Amino acid sequence: MSKTMTQKIIAAHCQKDDIYPGEIVMAKVDLVLGNDITSPIAIREFENSGGKEVFDREKIALIMDHFTPNKDIKAARQCLEVRNFVKGYGIKHFFDVGEMGIEHALLPEKGLVKSGDLVIGADSHTCTYGALGAFSTGVGSTDMAYAMSTGKVWLRIPSALKFILKNHVQGWVSGKDVILSIIGMLGVSGARYKSMEFDGDLSSLSMDDRFCIANMAIEAGAKNGIFSIDEKTMEYERERGNKTNEYKADTDAEYESIFEIDLAQIRPTVAFPHLPDNTRPVDEAGEIPIDQVVIGSCTNGRLEDLAIAAKILKGNKVDKNCRVIVIPATQKIYLDAIEKGFISTFIESGCAVSTPTCGPCLGGHMGILAQGEKAVATTNRNFVGRMGHIKSEVYLASPAVAAATAIAGKLVSPERIGIRNEG
Amino acid sequence: MKVKGKVFVYPDNVDTDVIIPARYLNSSDGKELAAHCMEDIDSDFSSKVKKGDIIVAGSNFGCGSSREHAPLSIKASGISCVIAKDFARIFYRNAINIGLPILECPEAAAQCEQGDTLEINFELGEIVNISKNKVYHTFAFPDFLQNIIQSGGLMNTIKTEVEKK
Ligand code: SF4
Repeated sequence: MSKTMTQKIIAAHCQKDDIYPGEIVMAKVDLVLGNDITSPIAIREFENSGGKEVFDREKIALIMDHFTPNKDIKAARQCLEVRNFVKGYGIKHFFDVGEMGIEHALLPEKGLVKSGDLVIGADSHTCTYGALGAFSTGVGSTDMAYAMSTGKVWLRIPSALKFILKNHVQGWVSGKDVILSIIGMLGVSGARYKSMEFDGDLSSLSMDDRFCIANMAIEAGAKNGIFSIDEKTMEYERERGNKTNEYKADTDAEYESIFEIDLAQIRPTVAFPHLPDNTRPVDEAGEIPIDQVVIGSCTNGRLEDLAIAAKILKGNKVDKNCRVIVIPATQKIYLDAIEKGFISTFIESGCAVSTPTCGPCLGGHMGILAQGEKAVATTNRNFVGRMGHIKSEVYLASPAVAAATAIAGKLVSPERIGIRNEG
Repeated sequence: MKVKGKVFVYPDNVDTDVIIPARYLNSSDGKELAAHCMEDIDSDFSSKVKKGDIIVAGSNFGCGSSREHAPLSIKASGISCVIAKDFARIFYRNAINIGLPILECPEAAAQCEQGDTLEINFELGEIVNISKNKVYHTFAFPDFLQNIIQSGGLMNTIKTEVEKK
């Protein structure tokens, strides 16, 4: 049977040639991921089932990112459980405060996820690694426990939607605007149970853009988002000492729908509360005063995102009524941002800069909203209560829009306040 | 297996942030989670819900995060089954993996109302709405998933294998 890119990777991991959408298979995993929220449940399940050894101590990655540095005693207790497990079972890839980063930025950066891999993670945004041409998907803690024990996961073979990208993004438009407009078109369940495969002219999208796009596939309900491989992917892998393992979709593979996306037509886009599909161009937003801006997360806390924000903030001050929090996604990104002068720019313009953490993205800590407050965030979800009080609001946007909003104190594009992207 | 209880109705796109808000994720204890279940969408759910009750929701139930705390909190609240038009995929697998019965049934999702009494027969895939004197039918799960549910969750399937060794 002809296959999509995703189907090929899964087929290779369950040693079956003939698979069909809807079929359930047991597939081998190349890496299992967990964080400080989802791992404690998985560890308990693993131990309760009589697990004495993990399937492979080099194929499990545990990252303390959500409530760290420990936000309270209970969070500290959860991290402690994970640390004890790591010591007890000799888990090799453990990232704690001081060397951690937000999981979905950290694993690609370290080269721990690669093209052609099958990765599962007890975190819904595990789909991020599709940017590298890997099959990766979010699962729950029990799946994580099962995979730590057996090295396997049950998967329903997904059907797919194909996105053929054309032309190049313009001005301040980045990966975030591309994926927000696609989610606006599909709806939050438009890709439910399916793969989103991105192909066509990828040349105007950097790897950071692609991570951002694949990251938000789940916000359309997708099982995974995945990009074809090109020279940029290969270079990214070469820099990390990895060899590219390419799976190409068959030319006659079946897709439920094929969409042509003209990148040149995409405008800076914002998702209004309370769903990521509630999108509109920022220039049609109207007057919305903003109390807090958050630049960070596994969606947009990478070096390029900080570079864009710094370029816009340089020489400007953030609005007096707006609190701005910048969170580099990993320690390496933080250090690179210091070396490039971005961090000085942020502090000089009046932003708070934090050590890597998920923090406010999930309403955990470090920037919780009060009743009635509004935030613009470069994160990926704007559900009711996501960043604090159930009567607070989150607007999802790109780093460029977030930085311009920080200066204006209201939701705007950089162009609106006279800042153009001249390369 | 049969269950019987009163219906709590919820709309489309009920996300995991309202099922169990992140501010409570510093615990994974079922009882503690149950005390805050559905808090941000139905503030007194935890005081109203009785053992055996049933949630009936629209489309895409459980969208959002992969937190297993969501189905865990529902199960620990005493809910015997969640019926929806359809489910978000991670919630779907999490519910099966922890042994929380769920059913996709657009007809029941469209017709059941708050407070209706339902009786569900899982073997027959049959939902009887006693209050409305109606019967809805759903599809049975594939064998593979039936096996997980019947074992009481995914980990129990390895427990049996580990014991065999
Ligand atoms: S940054 Fe936000 S979306 Fe990403 S892993 Fe952390 S909590 Fe989840």
